Amino acid sequence: MLEILLDATVRAGTPILFATLGAIINERAGIINLGIEGLMLIGALSGFAATFASGSLLLGVLAAFVAAFIAGSIHALITVQLRGNQIVSGLALTMFGIGITALFGRGVVGQTIDGFERHAVPLLAQLPLVGKAFFNQDWLIYFSFLLVALIWFFFYRTRWGLELRTIGENPAAADACGIPVNRYRFLAVACGSGFVGIGGAYLSLASTPMWIENMTAGRGWIAVALVIFASWSSFRALFGAYLFGGITAMQLRFQAMGTTVSAHILQMLPYIFTIVVLVISTIRLQKGASQQPGNLGLPYDREDRK
Amino acid sequence: MPDLLQLTHIRKTFPGVIALDDVSFSIRAGEIHTLLGENGAGKSTLMNVLTGFYAPDSGGLQLDGQPVRFASPRDSLALGIGMVHQHFMLVPAHSVLENIMIALQGVPLLFSRRQQRARIEQTIEEFGLDLDLNAPVWKLSIGAQQWIELIKLLLRDCRLLILDEPTAVLTPQEAAKLFQVLLRLKQQGKCIIFISHKMREVMEISDRVTILKKGRSVTTLEKGEFDQKKLAGLMIGGDRIPEWQKSLPFSEEIVLEIENLSVRNDRGLADLDNFSLRLQKGEILGIAGNGQKALAEALTGLTRVESGRVLAAGEDITRSCARSSYIAGIAHIPEDRKAIGIVPDLSLDENLILKNFRAKCFRNGVFQSRSAIRDNAEEKIGQFAIKAGPPGSPVRLLSGGNIQKVIIARELSEQPAVLVALYPTRGLDIGSAEYVHKVIADGASNGMSTILISEDLDELYKICDRIAVIFRGRLIGYADPTSSSRAEIGLMMSGEVSA
Amino acid sequence: MSLAFRVEKRDQGSALFRSLTIIASVLVALFVAGFLLLAAGVNPAAAYLEILREALGSTYGISETLVKATPLIITGLAVSVAFRMQIWNIGAEGQIYMGACGATGVALFSGLEAPLMLPAMFAAAFLAGGLWASVAGLLRARWQVNEVIVTLLMNYIAILLADYLIYGPWKNPDGYNFPLTAQFVDAARLSEYFNTRLHSGFFLALFCALAVYLLMERTIWGYQIKAIGSNPAAARYAGMKTGLAIFLVLALSGAIAGIAGFSEVAGLQHRLQHGLSPGYGYTAIIIAWLARRSALGVIIVSLLMGVLLVGGDSLQLSWQLPVAFAYAFQGLILFFLLAGDFFINFRLRRVKEDADA
Repeated sequence: MLEILLDATVRAGTPILFATLGAIINERAGIINLGIEGLMLIGALSGFAATFASGSLLLGVLAAFVAAFIAGSIHALITVQLRGNQIVSGLALTMFGIGITALFGRGVVGQTIDGFERHAVPLLAQLPLVGKAFFNQDWLIYFSFLLVALIWFFFYRTRWGLELRTIGENPAAADACGIPVNRYRFLAVACGSGFVGIGGAYLSLASTPMWIENMTAGRGWIAVALVIFASWSSFRALFGAYLFGGITAMQLRFQAMGTTVSAHILQMLPYIFTIVVLVISTIRLQKGASQQPGNLGLPYDREDRK
Repeated sequence: MPDLLQLTHIRKTFPGVIALDDVSFSIRAGEIHTLLGENGAGKSTLMNVLTGFYAPDSGGLQLDGQPVRFASPRDSLALGIGMVHQHFMLVPAHSVLENIMIALQGVPLLFSRRQQRARIEQTIEEFGLDLDLNAPVWKLSIGAQQWIELIKLLLRDCRLLILDEPTAVLTPQEAAKLFQVLLRLKQQGKCIIFISHKMREVMEISDRVTILKKGRSVTTLEKGEFDQKKLAGLMIGGDRIPEWQKSLPFSEEIVLEIENLSVRNDRGLADLDNFSLRLQKGEILGIAGNGQKALAEALTGLTRVESGRVLAAGEDITRSCARSSYIAGIAHIPEDRKAIGIVPDLSLDENLILKNFRAKCFRNGVFQSRSAIRDNAEEKIGQFAIKAGPPGSPVRLLSGGNIQKVIIARELSEQPAVLVALYPTRGLDIGSAEYVHKVIADGASNGMSTILISEDLDELYKICDRIAVIFRGRLIGYADPTSSSRAEIGLMMSGEVSA
Repeated sequence: MSLAFRVEKRDQGSALFRSLTIIASVLVALFVAGFLLLAAGVNPAAAYLEILREALGSTYGISETLVKATPLIITGLAVSVAFRMQIWNIGAEGQIYMGACGATGVALFSGLEAPLMLPAMFAAAFLAGGLWASVAGLLRARWQVNEVIVTLLMNYIAILLADYLIYGPWKNPDGYNFPLTAQFVDAARLSEYFNTRLHSGFFLALFCALAVYLLMERTIWGYQIKAIGSNPAAARYAGMKTGLAIFLVLALSGAIAGIAGFSEVAGLQHRLQHGLSPGYGYTAIIIAWLARRSALGVIIVSLLMGVLLVGGDSLQLSWQLPVAFAYAFQGLILFFLLAGDFFINFRLRRVKEDADA
């Protein structure tokens, strides 16, 4: 029972994990991206469509990354190069994503593909309790583990990571050191968006191998909230995404067990839970030294008079 | 030998402002060249053009006789031009090591912290500095932060170093050490542009001086051609300076008393520690040393007081919010006038009633009385000589000096008993600064007491009746500007001597 | 010869230039959206003509445009009130649902009579929307919790709550198990005009615009909202209670959005049903952003959006486009508006290469 629940937790948490990691990369560069929901949908549809057309799951994942990369570039162009309002641009991206996937998704509604299958990791999958949940999963989930570590390594052990963090904290300082602020920001937003797209693709290639209009159902927004919970750290994002996955898994489990509580009420739980987590992590952030990138949400204009 | 760097006919405008108008300027190799000018004369703007931060509207740059154009700071840095900006280009949340590392050249993508650290430590030792590379920058003093900026440039091996008002944040002793380092760099053949408006320093260190005035280069003088008086004349010549006189001796009556006040900042460190102070009626009391800002905020109710009391005319006002403090008679000229002094998008009229918009005369019930608000504005504009734009235009479009006048007009309109002024002349040109001093002195003759907080000892000497010195949040003692020397106050500020 | 451009800040330009830029942005957005339509197998020229014909080509079309504009005006005002304080109420969608639930509860269960029924429904909607938004207001005012995320997540909760009521306790017992409440009695319906679906909710919306204008431009409360929005630190320093103001403004914003819910159920649908709002609360964000500071602007932009929505509905029928397609349109319009802002705030200047220097 607990094993099954844990397994469902990881599977429900993974799309959110990818999305949260992508959002963290955005925000580390100082750009808020409220388009996560739209990007996930774009990733979900393009991933599904590419796999449906080619039969290759790998191509599906790549297509999801590329499509979300391109869509994220719109947000990057507007917020970085054109210094537009990041909140409005992100909302526009979400609206755009919902609309365009509804439009172009009509062709593949009702189609099916063979989704990602489980591959057990030798030995590790035999571990009691956690073995099945973490090491008898599909390739995308293993990739998400790797990504968590890679992002940490990137930010804290590479020069590019240090430069990107500096940009998020104080773009003028980076500029003064000769770091091309806008180019870095653009790439961070676009690449981060690409990973968000993979999160969407997880829904349409692994969770339920089909395309359903608006199939993300607010997961993108939950990811935006989890960035704050995660204090912009990839390892804490893993934890946050699984917490959310756990609530979802339990909620589904309750429904499957046929409780008398209305399904509508149960479906509210993840959202309520996310708000509670957001409140707690915001309060905690204010007590300690804040981890929030110092320049988050502000455009950089070199000629702004200080 | 051609000059190292030449700027010819530089012009730079911002919306509504001509910051630089036909400025020409040249630097020789191996000299310390001072750029002298009032606030707002365009010194920083010129240097930002030189470092690629601002693109000039017209004009050219030549380096070693070759024309160059900087599209970004990257380009100027690549040619060996580096700058210590007035607003430091540091990341407070990052460690000193990380802050220095991003400035280094040739750091591999996957770097070894140990190697980089060794490289940095070598330079730090070479100049006899003391920096903890692991400490986050926000824990360091402003002076130490400035050293980080300088080390970044030294490690990059810049041949032209620009320092924008580096002594503004230093005690006299720290400034002396900085000058030693600068002279040593000069011996090594580096070229330094030093920005200041303090005459004494300029005389001490400069090989040549260029004077900027209102966005134009007035002249360049060689060593021996200039003295303090001549420089001052060139810098402010022709400006109308309001005249004022220091008030009569103040009375014995105590209007404000601070008892054992302790204030912690948001990082939990003590900004004020058991601090006590007495302010007499009609007195202008200067405050020097760190912890000044916390004092002002505690007095005006912006910070929570940990322990201790503030008494105004015998009444305890420690725990009232800014509004009731105001009613209790404390006016406040805030440090960062744009950040908390004005509401930038509202009009001048609306800004003038920011504190007393609830007053009966400005409203009918819940509706605002536009005519009364307009009349009030017209009165204040006349009284305080504010240069207002067209009616209704946002106040942010006014110049710094005029914005400060708006704040002063608002704060002094209710005849306050006590004024707390934080760096009230920072960034103002001399005419506006003198105007502020005049208002404070006039207020003193009418019985208003002022706590004047400033980092500029010259200002304190000029206007204050007494100077209280704070070190590490404690009152070290009072100094009398007519009898104490700068060195004495400097030692008190660094905690080495008590009065 | 290199073509280099430099970006320069400017002071907004003239009002005419600003308006032209906004109009141009919308036109470019529609042009680009045409390619999307083309890709989806729809002739864009025919589609746009159809939108205009359907929305403005007949008395009925015009009345439908006004009907669509009604909730848009009200929610647009709701969002713009919060905007003035730099508070983002992205939760108008959920607040519409809560307002509708409040009004429906009174309509179905209060048993009130004619003169009292509608005011009671209005009050219930106002309170329900306001209370719903005040959760975000409280969290933001007390702990600086990001109101964008909270209001947005609460949309999902509100819609699920409405669904719970419709599918559960409030389901019409005589409704053959359809997810609908019972129809309202006549006392709970707003009057209709000209034999169309145009109802007095539209006039209520205009009244709201007037009230919001007076509040924002003439009262000391509006003064405080503007001051806090422009510079909260200065407002706090001047003695304004910024936390309380944030709480109250978000609550007011939600309450206004709640009125839209009242207007929809009492004026148009006469019952609570699934899909009550096809995203008016999100469209309201565009409206508030486009109208910037002006209540009159909200009315004008809402009417234009009404045209788009009425036309869009007909496109769905004639070309089988999905309902959510309107979002793609709106997203594109926002993108191009933001890009247009760039040309309002900055100017591009050719960099002169000094030939001999």
